[in-house]
Amino acid sequence: MTLAITQALNGLTFGALLFLVASGFTLIFGLMRIVNLAHGALYLMGGYIALSVASKSASFALAIGAAAAGIAAVGFVIDRFLLGFVKGYELRQVLLTLGIALFMNDLALVIWGGDTFTVPIPEALRGAASFAGVTYPRYRIFVLGVGIVVFILLWLLVNRTRLGALIRAGVDDAETVEAIGIDIKRVFVATFMLGAALAGVGGALGGAFLSLYPTADSEILVFSLAVVVIGGRGSLWGAVVGSLFVAMLATYGQVWFPELAYFVIFGPMALLLAFRPLGLFGRAA
Amino acid sequence: MDRRNFIKAAGAVAAAATGPGYVARAAAQGGPIRIGLLAPLTGVVASGGKEMVEGFNLYWNQHGHKVAGREIQVTVEDDASNPNTALEKARRLVEQGNVHMLIGDLLANTGLAVAEYVKGNGVPYFIPIIAADDLTQRKRIPNVVRIAGYAASQMPRPLADWLYKKKGIRKVVTVSQDYTFGHEQCGGFVQTFSELGGKVVGQYWHPLNTQDFSPYLAQIQAANPDIVYAMETGADGTRFIQQWANFGMKGKMPLCGSMNLTDQSIIRNLGAESEGILSAAHFCEGNEAPATQKFVADYEKAYQKLPSLYGFSMYSGAMWLAAAIDAVKGAVEDRPKFLDAVRKVVLTDSPLGRPVRLDEYGEPVYDVFIREVKKRPDGKYWNVPLEVYPNVSQFWHYKPDEYMKQPPYSRSFQGIKG
Amino acid sequence: MTRAIRLRIVLATLALLAAVPLVLPGYPTTLATETLIFATLAMSIDILAGFAGRTPLCHGAIFGVSTYVVLYYVTVANGDPWVGAALGIAAATLTAMVFALLAVRTSGVYFLLVTLALGMVVWGVCLRWTSVTGGENGIRGTVRPAWLGNARDLYYFTLLATGAMTAAMWRFVRSPFGLTLAGIRESETRMRALGYDVPLHLFVGFAVSGFFAGMAGVLYAFFNSFVSPSTVGLAQSVEGLLMAIVGGIGTLFGGLVGAAIIIALENLVSAFTERWMMALGLLFIFTMIFAPSGVLGRVRQALARNGKPRS
Repeated sequence: MTLAITQALNGLTFGALLFLVASGFTLIFGLMRIVNLAHGALYLMGGYIALSVASKSASFALAIGAAAAGIAAVGFVIDRFLLGFVKGYELRQVLLTLGIALFMNDLALVIWGGDTFTVPIPEALRGAASFAGVTYPRYRIFVLGVGIVVFILLWLLVNRTRLGALIRAGVDDAETVEAIGIDIKRVFVATFMLGAALAGVGGALGGAFLSLYPTADSEILVFSLAVVVIGGRGSLWGAVVGSLFVAMLATYGQVWFPELAYFVIFGPMALLLAFRPLGLFGRAA
Repeated sequence: MDRRNFIKAAGAVAAAATGPGYVARAAAQGGPIRIGLLAPLTGVVASGGKEMVEGFNLYWNQHGHKVAGREIQVTVEDDASNPNTALEKARRLVEQGNVHMLIGDLLANTGLAVAEYVKGNGVPYFIPIIAADDLTQRKRIPNVVRIAGYAASQMPRPLADWLYKKKGIRKVVTVSQDYTFGHEQCGGFVQTFSELGGKVVGQYWHPLNTQDFSPYLAQIQAANPDIVYAMETGADGTRFIQQWANFGMKGKMPLCGSMNLTDQSIIRNLGAESEGILSAAHFCEGNEAPATQKFVADYEKAYQKLPSLYGFSMYSGAMWLAAAIDAVKGAVEDRPKFLDAVRKVVLTDSPLGRPVRLDEYGEPVYDVFIREVKKRPDGKYWNVPLEVYPNVSQFWHYKPDEYMKQPPYSRSFQGIKG
Repeated sequence: MTRAIRLRIVLATLALLAAVPLVLPGYPTTLATETLIFATLAMSIDILAGFAGRTPLCHGAIFGVSTYVVLYYVTVANGDPWVGAALGIAAATLTAMVFALLAVRTSGVYFLLVTLALGMVVWGVCLRWTSVTGGENGIRGTVRPAWLGNARDLYYFTLLATGAMTAAMWRFVRSPFGLTLAGIRESETRMRALGYDVPLHLFVGFAVSGFFAGMAGVLYAFFNSFVSPSTVGLAQSVEGLLMAIVGGIGTLFGGLVGAAIIIALENLVSAFTERWMMALGLLFIFTMIFAPSGVLGRVRQALARNGKPRS
């Protein structure tokens, strides 16, 4: 029983982290039709920024904030100054973000080096908590909490604010939104920055329990892709479902069928793309 | 930077010297001895890789960059903890950089890839850190010599013995990186443990660079062994120890592991989480032997940190090479003679404080310490010896011929008895 | 471009390539061999990306499957290298066909994602099926036949093989079938309206692309004597695609140009700095913004703009 609870918590907490990262990805993909292959690099750089800030200031909250702001700024630069050049060419945009990912990854290597780092967390979040006969790391529960809070905030943003309404309208039909006089470009930039910020926060939080190292970006990117494909682009609920699905598969797969661990995640992703490209909750353009 | 200028110079020399004239010129004594140092500067074992370079350079910085009248030129290449990259860089060092010998690499899979490559062209390749058993057992390659190194399964056996006999451990679970070094370390451990009568109640294998150990920790909690043997190197080791503590296992269940798990490259960045972890190794930075303490002090002065296994091994490797080059009076181009000299070296000034020599299979015999991580008065953590097993060879109590009849350790063969 | 001019360019290139071991022996010859192998990979990608209009991110996996099969067959099963080569090519083609079954109904970005996912599946299998693929250790062993042991001989063999494959690929894309693929790239709806079975054509195109990627994989096995999960990884697929793009999608020979540029650049840059990945990233960004049609693509555009009448 303890094992079952612990493993379930492992899946849930990892899923929360995936949700943070994938939610940003799905917003960008859903609204701007851009598969942001630099999303993993944004995650990693956010983590590194948090690492530096937390080490110097001993404030975890400040570190998370710095990661969010810093990566949002990077997102602004990418959207305004790079993606602008290849507007309208989906494939080129995707490949452009790939180049950005390579660049950012190496830049991070220059600044922070090749060692593996862990973002320092406050004393209160360290160690394990005991409940229901289970001993479980406090920090992972914290991440789960953050994931839930962010979901609620995002839901409110998307469904109860004007920006959210514009995003939803844009996901459905960007042209018409433009036609009725809304500057869709600003919505795009805002969305990209929001998505980037989420990735940055994901990096800050993930960097504390999964650690930061030069290949972490491609690993989280690939998981985010799986989440968004399975859940459906542009859909928050899809991101939740997809994150849980992928996280559970990763957790149980690692132990139960280690040989097929990756197969079990990417197999369904491939199948869904082939037969139901919109995923479970995605909507046709 | 050394490497840049070196490569430019080497390139110029190579370009100018294509043709038979080059061979004659290279054979002429007096030119620098070019050593290609492969180390993982990025990837899962980057922290260890950096120290490999530091340890190697420390020796040359202390003793001058000259042996037998020839200058020692070291070119460093990053193998990225990846065997394919290691192979590419080895190729570049040998074919473009024209190095006289290769040394280094950390992960067993990178070493095996490069060993295969030098098998074809006879370039001497020295592996103070690559511990893949077979390179000194069944699949020996004449120009690959494990100087100042160790075989993977050599070290954990005394640990298994000590835990069974002295600590009454009867049930064990192993968690390990899923590659040669992991298979062999675990194999050495569980074979000895099971032959004594202990039970192995579970073995978990995970890919290199696993971020999340929680699924395994949950299983371990459920299996409830007397001790867990964690075979981890590099970042995986750091994450494992942290997550072990975060799951509340520290203090509730004993933990032991490979010497790499409690290596300075890992524990110096952690804190109390690493306290009390047991391991076994020939190198113990808390060993009070004067030679060891002098080395530790020198290293601390040069790099402001306590030496890790990687720094120590490469330092000893450099010492070994210097002795061999001296023995052949600098004529490293005569490969058979040079390799012979390498094999005959007896390292008397080793930081271990006792002479080190190779057995007939090319593998050093060591005194192995059972170590525990303890806190120093100055707040740093290091390994202190609890007990010593003298003269442990790669074959333990087995007869070499008998031992080599059993297959090499792998996922499927772990030598578990009963 | 007239046939006569094209023929002269081809012969000149061949002559140049044939001279490499004589003029630049040693490491440059090794690099040249590697360039030819990856050029074949890049060209096989171009068949799909340039001619059928579907950009894949899985060819590293297809290429690597072939390498794995050859190495496994020769070192573990103690088979003959040529039989191993045939098996490798067959395995790669089969893999491509399986991928095609799942991917042909998609296009554009979704095609990219499906192929990415499928490539990851292969990578995952190679990484974790340790008993067969060796997992992290990979499989190592000299598999090339003894008479190719010399670097120079291997180079000439590779040159011959690459030349033959390039010729075959050229014929393929110029054939009626190949032209149909190009038509699909131009306008799928039109081809469908004209009655062409688009999914079937794409399937065959994918399989052919996989066939040639598999041949490149065999050559790589001969060259490298080692395979590990990196060979089937995403990075390999990305690099192959980049070579095809930098050279010029849709030009076929762009693969050779792209491979040469990237490998030369890598060696040049790495001699002065460790920041090769940054340079590669910048190259990607630069190409996507300023030269999405690649080097040969730009050359073609320039020639067309000059308005020289072609007979």
